[in-house]
Amino acid sequence: MDWLYVLMPVSGVTIFWPGLIILGIGVGIIGGFFGMGGAWMVTPGLNILGFPMAFAIGTDIAHMAGKSLISTMRHGRFGNVDYRLGVIMIVGTIAGFECGAQMIMWLERIGKVEFIVRWMYVVLLILIAWMVFADVAKKRKKEKEARAKGLDVDKLATGIEWHKTFHKLKIPPMVHFKAAGFTCSAWLPIFISFATGWLAGILGIGGGLIRMPALIYFIGCPTHIAVGTDLFEVMISGLYGAGTYTFKGRTELVAALIMLCGAAVGAQVGTVATKYIKGYGIRIAFGIAVIGCCISIIMKLIPRYIAGTKYIMDISSTVLILGLVASLSLYILVKMIQGARNEIAVKKGGA
Amino acid sequence: MRKLWIRLTGVMAMALMVIPGVVLAAGEPASLLVIVADTRKLSGWEAWFANLYNESHIYFTIVTVVTIPIVGVILGLLADQVMTRIGIDLKSRELSEH
Repeated sequence: MDWLYVLMPVSGVTIFWPGLIILGIGVGIIGGFFGMGGAWMVTPGLNILGFPMAFAIGTDIAHMAGKSLISTMRHGRFGNVDYRLGVIMIVGTIAGFECGAQMIMWLERIGKVEFIVRWMYVVLLILIAWMVFADVAKKRKKEKEARAKGLDVDKLATGIEWHKTFHKLKIPPMVHFKAAGFTCSAWLPIFISFATGWLAGILGIGGGLIRMPALIYFIGCPTHIAVGTDLFEVMISGLYGAGTYTFKGRTELVAALIMLCGAAVGAQVGTVATKYIKGYGIRIAFGIAVIGCCISIIMKLIPRYIAGTKYIMDISSTVLILGLVASLSLYILVKMIQGARNEIAVKKGGA
Repeated sequence: MRKLWIRLTGVMAMALMVIPGVVLAAGEPASLLVIVADTRKLSGWEAWFANLYNESHIYFTIVTVVTIPIVGVILGLLADQVMTRIGIDLKSRELSEH
């Protein structure tokens, strides 16, 4: 069974390549569907496959750049990417990321970095999950009230509408975002992307997990546009990250390319699935992913307070993350197949 | 005025991306841990690849940064072909929240 293993020329380890492809497919599906890079899912997977940690982050980012490019191309053709919004947000994201990274260095100096970062991550994920499910509950309530009055609910209507308040700020320059379908002050996306970039810099993550809900709830993007525009940003930051990590000698290109083969299929499945799943379907699945991610971080925090639980918590957290990736991927795949089947049946019926 | 803003934003974004050296958070250069690929048991493309890594991280970075998007585009287009052949409309979708 030697043919199932491939030698990584740089790190010198032998890796089970079908595992890399399966991991790529799973992360590709979830990334293309939710509009995120998904580093929090890839690292435990690479660990299990026996990948050296020195190369894990660089390899993950390199494959993420290619995967996001595929998803952005597809979302772009669907009209799900607001390029103007994406470019404006890059400025805020980079500046915010820098401030966050500076703050981390300060926290390192006072010796509290890990404690603060982990708990901050937990609080943030709880807030995001609360926001998603409060939004879903509010939207259902609105629908119920409208139905009781015999009214139709607009198909783009949402539950939480904080963005409407932000859109009232008329600080010049005002910019119209065609794909997203609204006009607002350019300072709104700059400020929001600065804040999400700052948080991403502090937490040491790519930021898709934070940016996607921020695009929906604070900037007012429809869910599909938020997913596509976020992927556009992930693509650019991924290419930048791939360059810097490779320059530091921390990328195993062969592994990244193998993962990319799986991710290409996964990204297409995830992206095309957004065509068949309504915005709130995406939001609910995203909320579940956030809860899973939050539980896995709490599991990693438990050994700090209960001695002797590190081993079991590490394993449980990895199993949870990989289980979550597998079940969400399966859900998205099934929905995509069902949607495609219906579409083809309608086409054949019409012909 | 709007065009000026867009151009200014683009230039600022590019500047921040292409000049990692000026990035403040990079801080003081840390003592570098040098990883060397073991080429003794390698041959063919693997040996070439590992040697490229050992000899120049700049060339290795260029190869990586060029290869990843090219492979991404090729695989994306291939997957597009497969999806189109299955009969899925890849050019339109209905924007709907519920």
